[in-house]
Amino acid sequence: MTAKEQTIIEIPVTDLLERTRKLHGDGYRLVQIGCTGLAESYEINYSFDKEYRFQNLRITVAPGEEVPSISGIYWGAFVYENEMHDLFGIPVTGMNIDFQGAMIRTGEKHPFSVTRKGEGPCRNA
Amino acid sequence: MPERIVVPFGPQHPVLPEPIHLDLVLEDETVVDVVPSIGYIHRGLEKLVTKREYPEFVHVAERICGICSFMHGMAYVQGIEAIMDVEVPDRARYLRTIWAECSRLHSHLLWLGLFADAMGFENLFMRSWQLRESVLDVLEDTTGGRVIQGTCKVGGVRRDIKGEKLSDIQKTLPEFEQQCRDLTDVFLNDESVKYRLGGLGVIGKSEAYDLGAAGPTLRGSGVDWDARCLGYAAYADLDFKPVSHPAGDCYARCAVRLGELFTSIDLINQAVEKMPEGPIDVKVTGAPDGEYFCRVEQPRGEVVHYLKGDGTKHLTRARVRTPTLANIPPLVKMLPGCQLADVPVIVLSIDPCISCTER
Amino acid sequence: MAFLKRSPWLLHYDASSCNGCDIEVLACLTPLYDVERFGIINTGNPKHADILVITGGINELNRDVVENIYEQMPEPKVVVAVGVCAASGGVFRECYNIVGGVDKVIPVDVYVPGCAARPESIIDGIVTALGILEEKRSRMANLTAEKEVARREAEAGS
Repeated sequence: MTAKEQTIIEIPVTDLLERTRKLHGDGYRLVQIGCTGLAESYEINYSFDKEYRFQNLRITVAPGEEVPSISGIYWGAFVYENEMHDLFGIPVTGMNIDFQGAMIRTGEKHPFSVTRKGEGPCRNA
Repeated sequence: MPERIVVPFGPQHPVLPEPIHLDLVLEDETVVDVVPSIGYIHRGLEKLVTKREYPEFVHVAERICGICSFMHGMAYVQGIEAIMDVEVPDRARYLRTIWAECSRLHSHLLWLGLFADAMGFENLFMRSWQLRESVLDVLEDTTGGRVIQGTCKVGGVRRDIKGEKLSDIQKTLPEFEQQCRDLTDVFLNDESVKYRLGGLGVIGKSEAYDLGAAGPTLRGSGVDWDARCLGYAAYADLDFKPVSHPAGDCYARCAVRLGELFTSIDLINQAVEKMPEGPIDVKVTGAPDGEYFCRVEQPRGEVVHYLKGDGTKHLTRARVRTPTLANIPPLVKMLPGCQLADVPVIVLSIDPCISCTER
Repeated sequence: MAFLKRSPWLLHYDASSCNGCDIEVLACLTPLYDVERFGIINTGNPKHADILVITGGINELNRDVVENIYEQMPEPKVVVAVGVCAASGGVFRECYNIVGGVDKVIPVDVYVPGCAARPESIIDGIVTALGILEEKRSRMANLTAEKEVARREAEAGS
């Protein structure tokens, strides 16, 4: 479809800040941070773009594992990180603006969490 | 030092058709800090992928937002097509382009109207929306729906626009373009509009880029980045240039959107001229296995649909990063320093689409 | 529309709709449909409103907001639920955050179908609502008259 390549680089959580800082230094723009719930863990994609080159850093974390905030490098990252916290229940440390779970308020806490008990979050209507 | 007070703005506010809540920290009349909070229309529709099979999810994707509905549907199906390696027929790519540009026209005219309303220019509001109706007529005529089209599907489109109708659309374009020019003239040259918008809510080029702004908010600060340059649908075959403006204020963002009206008209013209013959869809079998980030330029900016499938009919994850979410950090940086009375205009200048943002 | 004796004001609230119906509600006010010519005005203040127009299937967060707005509106009042989401939750009915229909929270008088509802049907829904509003008003007037008679009789008796 789109001509330009998409690369996904898997990295350990400990490398996240350093790799992000490097991309920031290279003039990349933060496109998004998105989280995917797998069976027993979360996959977090950090997407960056520079002149239509699309780069992703991917970390995999266990439920409850803390993720360092990149909002010190990309100021605007707080929206995605708060969303990650509110919907998935991933603890993000060191956010510049921490809503303490009040940015997206849902009737049920952390609806996307992989450890939530009971039936699926979508009801059979 | 004057005393600081917090003024809540929204969720039900006359200037906003949609609920968003901002806590504005004020010193006298000047805004010093802003804390946004959302969630009033969070539906949690990304979770529906576990309930709907992937071809059915298009209908949900289209209802992420009723204004950029077609673009969401298109981004979603393009993502699935990329994962499944589906080659979409040329005619379908061109038809998608035409509908996408019509959606952009109606969305920008809608925004121009709301923006005029926010600055108290009621007449201009009515005029913009009147003009918008002629775009909606084309959409209704060709798809059957005014705001939600439902014509995109995995593997192509559901409806064709037959030759005669295509030339009918083209025939209406010159008059429409002239009406847009008249409208542009008021927005860009009227003294009271200039006075109201100039130098308001300024965000510089490097700051906008660094904050991850998207769409007209980014281009209004002089960065000519447009996801259409990625060449999805038929954009690779068509000739266009991203519209940008260096000033970075509300006036610049308004000028960018006005400029894009003409880009869209031109793109529709080109697409009609070059429209290839042939089928409009291909049969798609199997299920998506893999992942893809699909980026599409919406009226409000770049949208990212991240789709991940595991070879079953139900996707593992659909994640939508909408342009308004990306434009919230720039908005938070724009507001401090402005007067309370200018808050509605600045908030509207990023073209907030809350139902997109909260999904 | 010759029977339209009053100038009803309406209040529109977006209770987690996709925006499609909202912009169609707004489109009713603009030149092509122009309901303002009938004296129908979109207000932002619940205490000024006679008709509450709600779009969307209500979510957990705005449930209280909707109840609150409804409570604040003076009697007689009618509620128009615009679009299938407002009627049943629509495509979002299975979402975890959706209550599923305005009538789960407040009483609804008129349901307008469509996804998105067309301006013509919205106007039709509002006109139907006006009829109901008139009925409610006359019932209220009758009730007041009956009470007044009862009060006078009680006074005369004592």
